[in-house]
Amino acid sequence: MATLTLNQVVKSFGDTHVIKGVDLEVKDQEFVVFVGPSGCGKSTLLRMIAGLESTSDGDIVIDGQRVNDLGPAERGLAMVFQSYALYPHMTVEDNMGFSLKLAEVSQQERRQKVLDAAKILQLEPLLERKPKALSGGQRQRVAIGRAIVRNPSIFLFDEPLSNLDAALRVQMRIELARLHEELKATMIYVTHDQIEAMTMADKIVVLQGGVVEQVGSPMELYHHPRNRFVAGFIGSPKMNFLKVEAVAGDAQGVEVRVPGGDTVKVPVEGDEVAQGQALELGIRPEHLMLDDQGPLKASVSVIERLGGQTSLYVEMDGDLLTLMVDGDVTHRVGDEIRFGFEPGRAHLFGEQGLALASLERHPLASLTRQDNRAASTAEA
Amino acid sequence: MTTTTTTGDSVKAPVADAGRGASALRAQRRRKFGITLLGWGVALIIFFPIFWMIVTGFKTEAEAIADPSLIFTPTLESYVEVQERADYLKFAWNSVVVSFGSTLLALLIAVPSAYAMAFLPTKRTKGTLLWMLSTKMLPSVGVLVPIYLLFRDFGLLDTRIGLTIVYTLMNLPIVVWMLYTFFKDLPREILEAGRMDGASTFQEVWYLLLPLTLPGIASTGLLSVILSWNEAFWSLNLTTSQAAPLTAYIASFSSPEGLFWAKLSAASTMAIAPILIFGWLTQKQMVRGLTFGAVK
Repeated sequence: MATLTLNQVVKSFGDTHVIKGVDLEVKDQEFVVFVGPSGCGKSTLLRMIAGLESTSDGDIVIDGQRVNDLGPAERGLAMVFQSYALYPHMTVEDNMGFSLKLAEVSQQERRQKVLDAAKILQLEPLLERKPKALSGGQRQRVAIGRAIVRNPSIFLFDEPLSNLDAALRVQMRIELARLHEELKATMIYVTHDQIEAMTMADKIVVLQGGVVEQVGSPMELYHHPRNRFVAGFIGSPKMNFLKVEAVAGDAQGVEVRVPGGDTVKVPVEGDEVAQGQALELGIRPEHLMLDDQGPLKASVSVIERLGGQTSLYVEMDGDLLTLMVDGDVTHRVGDEIRFGFEPGRAHLFGEQGLALASLERHPLASLTRQDNRAASTAEA
Repeated sequence: MTTTTTTGDSVKAPVADAGRGASALRAQRRRKFGITLLGWGVALIIFFPIFWMIVTGFKTEAEAIADPSLIFTPTLESYVEVQERADYLKFAWNSVVVSFGSTLLALLIAVPSAYAMAFLPTKRTKGTLLWMLSTKMLPSVGVLVPIYLLFRDFGLLDTRIGLTIVYTLMNLPIVVWMLYTFFKDLPREILEAGRMDGASTFQEVWYLLLPLTLPGIASTGLLSVILSWNEAFWSLNLTTSQAAPLTAYIASFSSPEGLFWAKLSAASTMAIAPILIFGWLTQKQMVRGLTFGAVK
């Protein structure tokens, strides 16, 4: 059992506020991912939870106990660092057993615990090696093993996969997800990679400039981004944004005029929208469809063929829009294309980039990884 | 700079222009030969006085003041006379105690200081380091009188403890600086991982920092030993007989008997021999430590 609560947590260096009042609830066994661009404070927040950085204001509560004034070891957490931070002069076994040695655990028990962890991670043949003699993926596993041996209440991961190559990263991602199931532990994971966030998280925390922009399940963030920043950050390729003008707004939706003159009614709450108000229309590349009757028209400037899918980059009023379309389209650079979208898939952003709430909630918006699992067992 | 240009040219030279490539290669070889020659020349110039001193030590006094010559019958005469006049071993022991003692003391003080500066820096850390280094720019003679008076009042004149303290203070800035740079090179995350694993500050230093920076600490220690061993100003001014190290031993031959070159050379040879052998044995460690951060 391990829960974590952040209560108006602040970190300042003099007059510079790096973390500006963060509130967060992490439930037992939850896999929470902090994601955001570099410099958003996600690593600082993790280090504050770990106890490696002091907390300027607010409370960090683990299992109901305020831990602000406890040292890193007393908080009962384990951390996996981006650089792995293995002890270069110790063997894998000593690396993994170091915390137990400090805790004066007998050599026999220490060895048993290290072996248990090594078994989970398939590290047994490497126990006598020094970190120098390991590959990147193996070092990563040793770093995770070192965390497992401590049997922590919460695992903290600080961009653990960013030093691995692409193939290994995918493999480790799966391995971490499996580990989470196996250990049934609470995990907090920091990354700048939204794919890692989407694939691993039960709950994503999007941070920017030391402020939480949105907290929610991956599908919630994807389908119901709270603001323009989250909309642009989650999803790949990035969401397209178009400047539009509101024609009319009511409880059934907002009618906007898109470039080219056509109007589209987007099903979002429109009671507050005034006629003529400038809004931004957001549509994901995968939701733009080639359509000869579509309201939008532009010429293709770049084509990227991925095989199964093709990205078309089109220029429109000086903005570059991306369309993810079928892999077999035969368009060429310079072709004039018409395209459209389902109004229900579109997002509208008003003042300060805040999203106008959708009238209908996406059916998958509350889906978590646990639900995925439940569904698959039911099918079996 | 020029060397790289030449290499660049020879690499770029197309196959058809093989003649030009070969000449560039020749030029490079010539340059390498020149540099080797220069290196040997400089080494010989540096080594020559030492060589001459060793040679002179094996001459008789008459030969020593005669025309410089390398043809003579070696004799241990001067060594015997020198040993009769002063107990070499007593001086040597003082040197060993004082230089190793002061090094140990300096390391004991410098390790925690450098740890604090490298891992818990404040706004004034850089300033403190510079200030420490600036004390080395002061001429020692500038503080001779206060130090002498302090030593007199505390009864430290001509004691090994007194000399150890002075040498410790003398080398402390360099030792702290060097350790600081070695410590700074250690990834912080390794110590943080240790802290997550439950290490106290002492355990962090003992199990992680010291083993990982041992090459740097060793070379710092070696340098400190050598600097203390060779120090003459303070040893001459603060000791007379009881605590006098080898530098004072040499000096005792030079002042009254400045013209007895053979004896002086013999004494000097004996004084530098231990540190020369010590330096030679540890030179690999020294070079490794001193280039520790530079060639990563």
